[in-house]
Amino acid sequence: MEVLLMNEDTIAAVATGMGGAGIGIIRISGNKAIEIGNRLFVNPKGRTLDAAESHQLLYGRIIDPIAKKDIDEVLISKMKAPHSYTAEDVVEINCHGGIVPMRKILKLVIESGARLAEPGEFTKRAFLNGRLDLAQAEAVMDIINAKTEKSLEYSVAQLEGRLSEKLEELDQVLIDILSHMEVNIDYPEYDIEDITFQFIDDEIKNLIKKIEDILAVAETGKIYREGITTAILGEPNVGKSSLLNTLLMENKAIVTDVPGTTRDTIEEYINIEGIPFKMIDTAGIRETDNVVEKIGVEKSKALLNQTTLVIFMRDISKEMSDAEKEIMALLKNRKTIYIANKTDVIEGKEGEIPDPWIPMSLIEESGIEVLKNKMIEMVYEGNVSQEADYLITNTRQIQLLEKTKGSLENAVLTMNSQMPIELVSIDVMEALESLRGITGKTVGIDIINQIFKNFCIGK
Amino acid sequence: MTYSGGDYDVIVVGAGHAGSEAALASARLGLKTLLLTINLDSVAMMPCNPSIGGTGKGHLVREIDALGGEMGKNIDETMIQCKMLNTAKGPAVHSSRAQADKKAYQFRMKQVIENQENLLLKQQEATDILVENGKITGVMVNTGAVYTCKAAVICSGTYLKGRIFIGDVQYDSGPNGLFPAMYLSASLEKNGIQLQRFKTGTPARVDAKTLDYSKMIIQEGDEHIVPFSFETEKIEIEQVPCYLTYTNKETHQIINDNLERSPLYTGDVVGIGPRYCPSIETKVMRFHDKERHQIFMEPEGLKTNEIYVQGMSSCLPEDVQIALYRTVPGMEKVEFMRSAYAIEYDCIHPTRLKASLESKEISGLFFAGQINGTSGYEEAGAQGVIAGINAAQYSRGEQPVIIDRSEGYIGVLIDDIITKGIDEPYRMMTSRSEYRLLLRQDNADLRLTPIGHRVGLISDERYERFLKKKAAIKNEIERLEQIQVKASQENNVILKELGSSEIRHSVSLGELIRRPEIKYLQTAAFDPQRPLLHWSVVEQVEVQIKYEGYIKKQLLQVAQFKKLENKKIPKAIDFKAIGGLRIEAVEKLQEIKPTSIGQASRISGVSPADISVLLIALEQRRRSNQTEKEEGENE
Repeated sequence: MEVLLMNEDTIAAVATGMGGAGIGIIRISGNKAIEIGNRLFVNPKGRTLDAAESHQLLYGRIIDPIAKKDIDEVLISKMKAPHSYTAEDVVEINCHGGIVPMRKILKLVIESGARLAEPGEFTKRAFLNGRLDLAQAEAVMDIINAKTEKSLEYSVAQLEGRLSEKLEELDQVLIDILSHMEVNIDYPEYDIEDITFQFIDDEIKNLIKKIEDILAVAETGKIYREGITTAILGEPNVGKSSLLNTLLMENKAIVTDVPGTTRDTIEEYINIEGIPFKMIDTAGIRETDNVVEKIGVEKSKALLNQTTLVIFMRDISKEMSDAEKEIMALLKNRKTIYIANKTDVIEGKEGEIPDPWIPMSLIEESGIEVLKNKMIEMVYEGNVSQEADYLITNTRQIQLLEKTKGSLENAVLTMNSQMPIELVSIDVMEALESLRGITGKTVGIDIINQIFKNFCIGK
Repeated sequence: MTYSGGDYDVIVVGAGHAGSEAALASARLGLKTLLLTINLDSVAMMPCNPSIGGTGKGHLVREIDALGGEMGKNIDETMIQCKMLNTAKGPAVHSSRAQADKKAYQFRMKQVIENQENLLLKQQEATDILVENGKITGVMVNTGAVYTCKAAVICSGTYLKGRIFIGDVQYDSGPNGLFPAMYLSASLEKNGIQLQRFKTGTPARVDAKTLDYSKMIIQEGDEHIVPFSFETEKIEIEQVPCYLTYTNKETHQIINDNLERSPLYTGDVVGIGPRYCPSIETKVMRFHDKERHQIFMEPEGLKTNEIYVQGMSSCLPEDVQIALYRTVPGMEKVEFMRSAYAIEYDCIHPTRLKASLESKEISGLFFAGQINGTSGYEEAGAQGVIAGINAAQYSRGEQPVIIDRSEGYIGVLIDDIITKGIDEPYRMMTSRSEYRLLLRQDNADLRLTPIGHRVGLISDERYERFLKKKAAIKNEIERLEQIQVKASQENNVILKELGSSEIRHSVSLGELIRRPEIKYLQTAAFDPQRPLLHWSVVEQVEVQIKYEGYIKKQLLQVAQFKKLENKKIPKAIDFKAIGGLRIEAVEKLQEIKPTSIGQASRISGVSPADISVLLIALEQRRRSNQTEKEEGENE
């Protein structure tokens, strides 16, 4: 069991909801917090976080220290222990809210030595470090329970998918390699095939390749879990499906089409400038509801309840129908992008289209970039938000997979430097432990079981 | 009729490998100790293979020795062959294994026990433990004597309600035709100690003069013997070889034809057997694709013809055994002297023990060896030393000695059985340790001798020698890091000869030794002032320099581990009263009653979330205690 409970390491997380507010805060807590902040922060006047006063805001930029790339304009502050929320050294980076820079900064913070915080971990540390009183303790416990339960539920659900199968496959290979190594160590005199470094090397390199594949899948898999739910509404034949297809076709990162949450919709996933959108295709509604040709208002209502962003589309060459008026009334207080399609039919009159309608012609392929920019803009402006929890769970998994990969690469290095097999096994064991951090299984007895299953040994 | 047999500080029941160590440890710590055995001729008997050590097990013997136990010295004196296993691999998994002269081994141990001050060895069968108010008060034996005591150690091996199976021939018996102990089980159960049935087995002993070694492959010992005991300087003996041969299709056919006559398959044997000592019929059944299995001929001693047929343990009927043994090359005319058998016996649930090996139910009652569900002489001896030390500590009102997982295989062994529980006989393997690189057999003294000295099992004289060795290692490592090797042509020629790459600028000699292809002894040319050092110092210097990076990595893991171990869980805690723990976790925690967060985290069924909840509950508790205390002070 990878027990990381004792406030030894430095943790980090986004302290505000992703894309929720105009400004997002990344909080880092632990004894490496200031060091990490220092590494990434650059002030125009050359002031460093290290030298700054506690609780003072500093203006500057976050720079990727390896790629030397500018990431975002930020305000940064440090809170020296014990005068902080967790009573540890805390650094807070206030950045521009958009999930792209925020995620990049969080990634840099983690690469600099922090670990992603578990749900409720800042609060737990605050308590364990004596910052909260007894009355608050119960509440803390509830948070941990609730969050753990929730993330557990979530991981279970998620692990039922293809990812879980892949992880299981990796797990099996690792156990297999380890049992081969261990049986050679613990039963040197039995006529089992001597494990060769060549064999381990091949197997491990294979594994690394597989993890890279999974990481790629996970990268796109992330989209549909975190995507901003977006529905394209409109009357039949206004061009909804064409719009969706256009968006999908442009998008290389399409994951899969999984059945939607309701039976009669289909979910598709697109990625615009790194921001994921989960598109609900209402075409399905019409198909299953072929008695009524129009979109049922009731159905639209139900759909709107699960939607964060709406793209409402009409045919600009036609008069607005009663149904359209009715649906537009429903959209009044919702985050909506209005599309006036088929400008090709009203050639020359595009200028007459009033705000906030975006003129578009799918046939002439115009207006699509404007729509995409609008979608991004709405996310950046905080007009739409997404569940931060999901992102965290996922980033944690990716982080663990990357750790697994790192340990395996170490194993290869250890072998290449002609170190004995039991040292290689330390690295491989580490890899297994990181992998098991995702599935929550403990390591322990599995390898020994595998040894006895696969090898005939014993006096 | 009963009569008073006298009063002792510590009574040890059973004089096998666990009991011998326990009694010696207790007596050597100055406590008046009684050692009871069912038969004086079976002291330190090896009822199965005639060897000590092996992977993981060899480590245990070195650790027993480092603590001040007897096993290492005993095998050093009585071995007839020795081999270092895994020499092609790294130092962490090198393991010594010696073939013993069984009778010599027994006689030597018996003599040491007999000559030990404070220790009395008696042939009597313990039938009852006497318990008052949850504390052990004495032991009663079959002759009617009642001995009173402060502490007792039960090391009953496979004797408790022992039952032997040879096909359909089944009878109550201890190992090797000795009497079983038929009464003590009931007394333990009456006092709240729950028992379970385990099983183990042993192959036949055959007459050497009926074997044809010319059809087998000779297995010699090592030219240079590394002793088990840190106190033994040198072992120079005429070594006796073992022989290797193989089963074949014909052997397997006989087994398949007679399976229905095996009590393992008829259901007569109910005890759970160890997977790592499978009977030949189990091997053939489970791995039917394997065309042949290894069989080793191991002599049982210098003054006997008896040969132990390793790999041929069985509980098939005797006629089938003979037939199948005779299919093996070199064994065509083999005659049996003792048949292979399976033995079933009572053992306890080790999760009912504390890390000191004291019972959670009865104060002052300790358990060690096979009764705890382990298997193997070395595992038994290791527990014996600890139980003996702790029975002595208990008697004199001192804190128990506990070795943790980062300090020794002994710690791994005890923590595994008391925390994880066992569902088959437990055998040590190096893969059971998380810190294998640190728990090497070569540094067992560095790890444990200070503990042995602190408790009083290691003499001041031996400790002085130990400290000198330790200092020598430290000095030499420091010295080597100081010495600079210049990038001269002359030096680069030497490096080339050693199969290593050239250096472009000066490096320390330590840096060169860190290269995998360069050995300490090969670098004398760079080091004209090199002191003459004992080989065991050289070994440490080399290992510590060469694997420094990996050792540091493991030391970091250990530091993390220690923090969790040091987060203690108070005895009085009521896990049921902690809101937020899952039911399964509560049940497991109630059963095991872990003493630290670290131990709790190793219990299967306790999740990281449960540990978080537990940590918070502990902190809550600590603070409310503090508040109460402050309030009390204010009043």
